[in-house]
Parts: sequence; structure tokens; C-alpha cells
Amino acid sequence: MARIAGKKSRLTWAVHISVALLVVAWLFPTVGLFVSSFRTADQISGSGWWAALFPAEQNEVYRTGDPDDDRVAVGDMFEVKGNIFEGEPRNISSWGVSSRDVSAFAPGETADMGDGETLTLADDGAYVWRGTDDQISGRGQRIFVTALVPPKFSLENYRTILFSGTGQDNMAKAFFNTLTVTIPATIIPIVVAAFAAYALAWMEFPGRALLIAAIVGLLVVPLQLALIPLLRLHLAIGIGKGYMGVWLAHTAFGMPLAIYLLRNYMVGLPRDIIENAKVDGATDFQIFTRIIVPLSFPALASFAIFQFLWTWNDLLVAKVFLIDATGSTTVMTNQIVELLGTRGGNWEILATAAFVSIAVPLAVFFAMQRYLVRGLLAGSVK
Amino acid sequence: MTSLSLKDVSKSYGAVEVLRNIDLDIQQGELIVFVGPSGCGKSTLLRMIAGLEKITGGTLEIDGMVVNDVPPAQRGIAMVFQSYALYPHMTVYDNMAFALKLAGQSRDEVDRAVKSAAETLQLDHLLDRLPKALSGGQRQRVAIGRAIVRDPKVFLFDEPLSNLDAALRVATRIEIAQLKESMPESTMVYVTHDQVEAMTLASRIVVLHGGDIEQFGEPLELYERPANTFVAQFIGSPAMNLVDATVVGTGPSTEVKMPDGGHALVPINSVESDLDTSVKLGVRPEDLRLSEDGEYLVAAKVEIVEALGETTVVYCEPRKDHDAFIVKLPGIHRIEKGTELRLTAAPGKLHLFDSNGESFLYR
Amino acid sequence: MFTENPALLGLMTIVIGVGACLGYFFFSNVILDKVIFPAKGPNAGRNINRANMIRPWLFLFPALFGLTLYLAYPVFETLRLSLTDRDLGGAFVGFENYRKMMNEDKFWEAVRNNLLWLVVVPAASTAFGLLAAQLTDRIRWGNFAKSLIFMPMAISFVGASVIFKLIYDTRPADQNQIGVLNAVWLKFDGGIGSIFTLQLVPTLLLIGFVGIVGYVLWTFVRDFTAGGRNRSVWLLPLQLVMAIGGLWLIWLSIGSIVDIWVTELPYGQPQTWLTISFWNNFFLMVVLIWIQTGFAMVILSAALRGIPEETVEAAIVDGANPFQIFFKIKVPQIMGTIVVVWTTITLTVLKIFDIVFAMTNGQWETQVLANYMYDKLFRASDWGIGSASAIVIMLLVTPILVWNVYNARKEMR
Ligand SMILES: Nc1ncnc2c1ncn2[C@@H]1O[C@H](COP(=O)(O)OP(=O)(O)OP(=O)(O)O)[C@@H](O)[C@H]1O
Ligand SMILES: [Mg+2]
Repeated sequence: MARIAGKKSRLTWAVHISVALLVVAWLFPTVGLFVSSFRTADQISGSGWWAALFPAEQNEVYRTGDPDDDRVAVGDMFEVKGNIFEGEPRNISSWGVSSRDVSAFAPGETADMGDGETLTLADDGAYVWRGTDDQISGRGQRIFVTALVPPKFSLENYRTILFSGTGQDNMAKAFFNTLTVTIPATIIPIVVAAFAAYALAWMEFPGRALLIAAIVGLLVVPLQLALIPLLRLHLAIGIGKGYMGVWLAHTAFGMPLAIYLLRNYMVGLPRDIIENAKVDGATDFQIFTRIIVPLSFPALASFAIFQFLWTWNDLLVAKVFLIDATGSTTVMTNQIVELLGTRGGNWEILATAAFVSIAVPLAVFFAMQRYLVRGLLAGSVK
Repeated sequence: MTSLSLKDVSKSYGAVEVLRNIDLDIQQGELIVFVGPSGCGKSTLLRMIAGLEKITGGTLEIDGMVVNDVPPAQRGIAMVFQSYALYPHMTVYDNMAFALKLAGQSRDEVDRAVKSAAETLQLDHLLDRLPKALSGGQRQRVAIGRAIVRDPKVFLFDEPLSNLDAALRVATRIEIAQLKESMPESTMVYVTHDQVEAMTLASRIVVLHGGDIEQFGEPLELYERPANTFVAQFIGSPAMNLVDATVVGTGPSTEVKMPDGGHALVPINSVESDLDTSVKLGVRPEDLRLSEDGEYLVAAKVEIVEALGETTVVYCEPRKDHDAFIVKLPGIHRIEKGTELRLTAAPGKLHLFDSNGESFLYR
Repeated sequence: MFTENPALLGLMTIVIGVGACLGYFFFSNVILDKVIFPAKGPNAGRNINRANMIRPWLFLFPALFGLTLYLAYPVFETLRLSLTDRDLGGAFVGFENYRKMMNEDKFWEAVRNNLLWLVVVPAASTAFGLLAAQLTDRIRWGNFAKSLIFMPMAISFVGASVIFKLIYDTRPADQNQIGVLNAVWLKFDGGIGSIFTLQLVPTLLLIGFVGIVGYVLWTFVRDFTAGGRNRSVWLLPLQLVMAIGGLWLIWLSIGSIVDIWVTELPYGQPQTWLTISFWNNFFLMVVLIWIQTGFAMVILSAALRGIPEETVEAAIVDGANPFQIFFKIKVPQIMGTIVVVWTTITLTVLKIFDIVFAMTNGQWETQVLANYMYDKLFRASDWGIGSASAIVIMLLVTPILVWNVYNARKEMR
């Protein structure tokens, strides 16, 4: 379109700006979570995450050195000298010596604390505290500082969530549980569906058209309907709640889409190739493994991604078929929902937990986006 | 020795009969070509021989064994598809080795067979490539190579050249002819649309039409002695001209008269009862010449003249006793549109068909 | 023990499960070919044919078994359960469960909210998706932009709920707000700036929206009255629904414009957004729209690219402006795809559970059917009403099911 004569460039700019706005709007929520996961609890509740990217004014409390150790006699007075920042200098905008007025003085000024007791603070944090024997004793003097703090991020939250946390704050187990659910629940349906799709695409038998129609129908059956009958079934045949049940459920629930996607793809493979393989002496099983599977790789990959994302992100199926009263088989989505209930205000935990759970799908997404798009197109546009 | 024999073979899809009572005996070492208009069942017949379509009636024998129910791989055949059907995910080498590996041959045997076939077809330097990195002609050769390595009793080709451009088609056609020569033992069945391919390659040609065999014979036999009007018009280009005529004299030579006054004595035998029946007189465009002595077969008005230099093709107006009449005259002729041409032909070049379209020769 | 370690257990099942699958397919084929119908001896030919008649069913068996047991059977079982009472030992009670359900306010609230979701989410996702597709297709970094807009697709509903809860977070008035929405909200003080951004701009946007909807509607009506052309029977109800929907949207927008100028806004007070009834539904919907827009965009962008360039060029030569090209040339050509996207998102919306469950759990009048059902099944342990509400969801899905099957069968022919 840009090639066409007489087009205004103003419109192009409008397009660029609109797209940029859209992208920012869509990215903003996730970035918020991501940034928050690297901030401490105090930082999170102190300011919005968007402020974390810039240096911020922050109130801090320090103490001078302990008089018992550090004071030296200067004439009949005593002095404690030192630097409150201890090698990590920052710019002080104001300071004070009492919690009632934390910004009473500018850097370099001297605070008079009565009876000749004084404290001088330079803007690099160096201080001099001077007074009588009596005054310079006990604990160190408190100094309230308002300083410009550079952005600071830590991996502390991740350490808690993944390793050191206890109880609900530790996601390591849930992470592995999720993996345990996801991987078999992704691979098994692919194998089963691929064979079925091959039969529906390339083998002649009565009732084939009807079966395909039935699968298209099952494609939209809400899995809500399956919950009770299947839970009852699982309890009745002894599978109960557990991995076995959730694998079976995910396998079956993914089956219509898997068969549909794979069949549509396989039907498009050239008939000649398959017939040639027959002439070459391949059995149906060999045609499937040696010809169909390698050639259907794109379709297999797109379904694998769908199923992976779906099982990884699933909450309902896990809650119904997997997680029992002990909670030892909890998955990440479930644990996050529980955290939302119990630790609703602890954003450092919540944000980190959520980010741990979405990191893997995001990685898969960016690595395999091509196949995901292809699968989506195959699944919904004809 | 008979290599391939079809006895009363037929094929139907449900109620639709696409092939009827096909009888064919093919000798070892022959190259048989199936020709016919699109949809006449050539591919179906070939695929039945291959075992890719079930035979719904009759028997098919390869080397004296009934193979109706034998799966393709065990029939001793190899097939080359129009689309080449190369396995896109396998190298040229693996494509050629696939069947042998499936048959459980040892690595050495496979290697030897593939290498020797590759050499014959000049594919040696391409063995490690994937099909998508090959040109059309190279793919075609791989497809043929894949058939050769299996050392089959019968080669089946389904329009193997139709995806190639004109020049490559000629080159590959000659290659196939040479290939056939180098393997005098093997039988080949070849489907094509292209008459030139059929005429040049075939030892015998099968002309199929609407599920029936119209004629089965050597290429020149089909040209010189077509069994019916269909074959007469199908073989040869431009097609044979047919003119309505009436028999006015019978005997070892048949005398016919055309409605417009034309007249011919055809050296083909006829019997008393043919007298006064209406027949069709056939004459090929290339056999016609301008009459110089007033004796003529047909007089026709010129509509279009195509001067090609070596030949001049004249299209005459259709009339109710014949379709557009085509004349192919050697050399250059300056003929005006609208002139009336008086045309004649050597008696030995004339063909005579009865009202059913059957040739008088085969009665 | 193996079974103690989830990672090992997982690995084992992968090996056993996948191995069993492959083993099943391989050995069943071998048995069929070697034992039951051996391709040898006098009956070789017949045996091969018989084996080939059975083989498809070998390939299909596990899949069909799973589909029947896990999807087909439950539909009927749920229907049966919805007509029985668990407490009475599963006795048949007719429509008693449905009657009880209909008498519950929560149920009607869920139905109302589901309908609201059903109208807003597919429409908004498709509209945003179409916008994003159209815009990104025209710039060089479009693919990059697309990939970012598409990204939420990979994020779980639960993860997205956490993300948006952070946005909707509320702190007491005297603290720094850490939720973006409140932080922005508190920037407004009722002065000129607020009037401009919160009243003037939305009004203008809404007027623009009404304009677009009105324009589209007008073209429809004109097409319609022009009539006479043979059109598909299916299109008629669709157009009718669209016309009614359009009118409703216009009505809603005009109402909102009035609201904007009438309502006193509580400036300066942080809001707990998720507890503001009625509007909180929209705050939940935003989450799903955020996720589904990428889906709509990807598919619509492929469809837009599939439009023959010549038609657009012909329109340019005919003097159409960009808007006319978009609405009159492009959109009609991808109408089929828009319908597909719309129905796909509709299906997702009908089953929406996680977002509501994680964010409000149906409190403050945000209940939806799927969560209502979960509530009944697993908290109230009332299988009867739970199944009845599942059947309601199924009924809502059925038209789409029928339509899909109809199309699939048509295509097969
Ligand atoms: N699966 C089928 N079901 C019904 N009819 C079929 C089927 N396959 C082929 N036919 C019909 O059988 C007839 C012969 O088909 P065939 O493919 O053998 O033609 P052909 O001679 O090879 O034509 P072409 O030269 O175009 O390749 C055609 O009329 C075709 O419509
Ligand atoms: Mg053919």
C-alpha cells in the first residue's frame, strides 16, 4: 500500500503510534508482574512498580557507630566519626535526628541536639557526633536520611519461592507436580491421536465420515459436563484422585482437537507418496511411522504446544481429578489461587509465584510461536 | 512368454462402471502404452495392475500367477508417479533405498543396487540431496531410479513426463527409450496423453475409451489400420477427416459416392449387402492433395489457412456431411480464403467405416 | 521409592505410557497380520483383505475408547444425574433440580453475567484483534508487535488473574497506591484535566463508536432494503442479530454518554474495583479480552493477507478511502473468518471459570455459570443442581456444535 502514489505519510505515523500504544497496553500488565517479582516486600508496598525503574527518594534510618567502641576524646568532649553508608555512597537530600522531623537539615549542616551535643552530616554520609561523656554513650545516635536510591532489584523472592520458602511459599514441589502432569498428558494424546488421525485420513472403512463428524461435534463439548461422571468413574474403578486420573482426563479432553488438527493435516499429504510407499512394500504401520509422522511434524508440533499450554495452565481438571485432601499433588495454578486467598497482600510472593508458573509457557511460546500460529490457523480457518 | 495378462477385468465404484471386460496379454520385454482421452480409465487400469485399486471383476496374472489379492509390494512391480511422489524428508539415496530396506536386504546389497541405479541415471552426485533441492528433471530421474533399484518384473509409469517442460520432456522421453533398450527383459506399462510419446516409445498401444479397449496394436498399425472411427480420429494429428458417403459398388474394391458429387474407389473388400448403405470415408489431412484432373473426393470452401513454411494447413468450412475439413499440404501454398478446393487422395490411403464406426478392414 | 519422587514418577509414566501406546499399535498389527489372518497359505489373499478391514479399528480403538468414555458418555450421564437426587439415593426426580436452580438468585445472576460476557468479550476481542491485525500488517515491525500482543495467549487464566489483581490493587487513602488503576485514578481531582480526560475524551470516543456502529448498521440496512439479490438463508438471522446488537450498542453508548456527565465521581478516594457491582464484571472481562485479542489478531491477520491484493487496488483506483476499503472491501471478504473467531471465543467464554474463580470467586455479583456449577458440585456437593447447570452450559454450546458439524459434513462432500 505504501507504494501507491499520493499516500500521506501522516497516516503511516498514526499507524506506528497506534501499534506502539497497543503493544505497550498489552505488555504493561505482564511487565508489572515481572518487575514486582524482583522487588522486596517493602519496595512493593512503598511505591508502584513503575516507580522502581527510576531512582527514588527513600527514607532510611541509620545509626552512628557505638560510642563504647568508637568514641575518641577530643579535649573534654568526645567524638564519634564515621560514614553511615559504609562504602556505598549515595546522595542525601535532607536528614534529621528525630523521627518527628526526618528532613530538618540539609547535608553539611550541623544539628544542635541541645546541651552542646551536635551532629554534622556531609552529603556523602560522613558524620561527626560530638558531645560530653554523658551524651556520647549508650547506643549510637539515630540518623534519619532522605536519599535518592538507585533502582534496586534482587532475586530474593525467587530464592524463597523456589528453594528456601516453607509451606505455601515454596513452589518447587508444585512445579514438579505440574511437570509430572504436563509431560505425559502432552505426549500420550499425540501418539493415540496420530494413529486415529491416520486411520481417518488414509484408510477406507465404513462409517468414516460419521466418525469425523462426531469428532467435530465433541470438539466443543464443555468439559464441565465430564467432571462428575468421570470423577465417579475414577473413584469406582480405583484410580481415585491422582496422576493417573488427570493424565487420562487430559488425554481424552485433548483428543478431539488432536485428531481434528492432525487429520486435516494428514489428508493434505500427497496421495502419491503414500501409494508409492505401499508399492515399495511398506505396511500401514510402516507408512505411519516412516512417512506420515516425519511429514506431519508441523502439525504434531502445533498440537503439542496447544496441549502443553493447556495442561500446564489448567486449573479445573487438576482440582477435580488430581488434588486430594492432603494437597501433596497440588499444581502451580492451584497453589497460586490458594496464595491469592491467604497471602492476597503479599505481592512479592504472589508476583514471583505467578511469574514462575508463566515463565515456562512463555519460553515455549517464544521458541515455538511459528507452530502455534500454524496450528491455530489449521484449527479454525479452512 | 506372457508377463502380464488381464482376463475380463472390470472395475466399478459402486454403481459406476469405469472399466469393462478388459482383456490384454502383454509379453515380457514389451513396452505397452495406454492412451485415451481424460477420464477413460487409464490410471485406474494401471493402478489395478499395481494393486492400488481393488479389481472388482476378472483376473489379473503377473508371470502366470493370479495376483488379484496380492498386495502391491509383492507383485514384483514398480511404479513411477506423475508427481514423482518422492519422500520429501528422505535424501535421494534413502528414497531409492527405502523399498529395499523394507524388504530386509542387507546394507551392502542395498548400497550396491542404489549406486548402480544412480550411475545409470547419472544421479551419483545428488545422492545426499533432499528432493526439494532437485530440478524437475532430476526428480523425475530419482523416481525412475527408485523403480529400477527394485528390479521389478513390470514397470508402471503414470504420465511420468507431464510435469516437465517441453524440451525436458523430449530429452527424458529419449532417456526412457534408452533405458528400455538397456533392459530388454523388463516389461513396461506406460500411461500418457501424449501421442508422440505413445508412438515413439510403444511396442504396442492400447487405446482406451469410456472404459473399453478400442484397439490394441503396434503404433503404425493403429495409424494405418484404425479399427474404428474413434481410434482413427484419436491417433494422428490433426485428426482424420470423415466424410459421409454411400456405397455404390462392392467387391474387392468398394466404390463410394459423396453427396457433393465426390467419388472414390477404395481398395477395401466389401460384400453385396453393403450396397447402398451409408458409410464414412476417412482420409488423413496429410494424405490429401489438390486434385489436378477434375477427379475429386471432396470439394470444400477454405476458411482459414495456416502457413507454417514446411507445411500449409488449410481448414475448410464444415458442412452437414462432414465436420471442419483439414488439409495438410507439404510446402508453401498461397490460398485465398473462400476459394473452393477440390481434394483427392491416393486410394491406398483411404479408410472405410460402417455406420457403427467399425472399420471395414476388421469385419 | 520411585513413587515418592514426582519427577521420576513422571518419567516412568512417560516411558510406560508411551511405550504401552506404541506397543499396543505395533503388536496388535503384528498379531493381526501374523496370527489371526496370516498372509500365507491358500487363503493369503482373502486374509490380507480381511486384515485390512480390521486394521483401521485397531488404529482408532484407543482414541475412540477415550472419546466415548470421557466425552460422549458423560454428556448422557450428566443429563441423567441432573434428573436425579443424590440424597435420595439417586432417585429420579424429574425437573426438580432445574426448578430449584431457577429459584436461586445466584443462578440468574450467573446467567446474566454469562450473557454479558458473551456479548462483550467476543466483540471486544475480535474488534481489537481486527484492529491490531490491520495495523500491524502495514508496518515493518508488525511481526514483532504481533508476537507481543499474542503473548498473553501463553499465560494461564490464573496467572493473568494475578497480573490484573495487581493492576486493580487498592491501598488505604494515605498510602502510595501500587495498583496502576488507582494510581491513575487518584491523579484526577475534578479539575479541568479530569473533565477533559474522564468526560470529554470518553464522550468523543463514544460518539465515534456510535458513528462507526451506526455507519455499519446503515450499510446493512441499505443492503437489506436493496434486497432482491439471492442471499443465503443463514445470513438473514445473522444480520438480524447484528442489527439488534448494533442498536443495543448504540443505545448503551448514548446512555453511557449521559451517565458520564451526570454521575458524581468520587475523586480522591481509592476504589476497590472488584467490588463495584456490575462494573466489576467488566474488570474481569478485561482479563479475557487481553488474552483472546492475540488469538483473534493472528487468525484475522492471516485472513487479511489472504485477501486478493487486486480487490484492494481496484477499490483504490475507484477512489475508496482507507476506511471504506477496510469496511467495504476487506471486512466482507473475511466475514467467514470473523464468524469463526467469534464462535471460538464464544466457546471459551461459555466455559470461563478460572478467572472468576481466582479473582472474585463469584462474590460481588460476578458469578458465572461454570463457577456456579463448580460451587454446587464441590462446595455444596449438590450433584443434581450442579449437573443441571452443566446441562445449561451444554445447551448454550449446542447451536455452535450443530453448526460446526453441519459445516464439516458439507465440506466432506
Ligand atoms: N474413487 C473414485 N470414485 C468414483 N469414480 C472414480 C474414482 N476414481 C476415479 N473415478 C472415475 O473413474 C474414471 C477413470 O479415472 P482415471 O483416473 O482412470 O482416468 P484417466 O484416464 O487416468 O484420466 P486422466 O488422463 O485425466 O488422468 C473417471 O471417470 C473418474 O471419474
Ligand atoms: Mg490419470
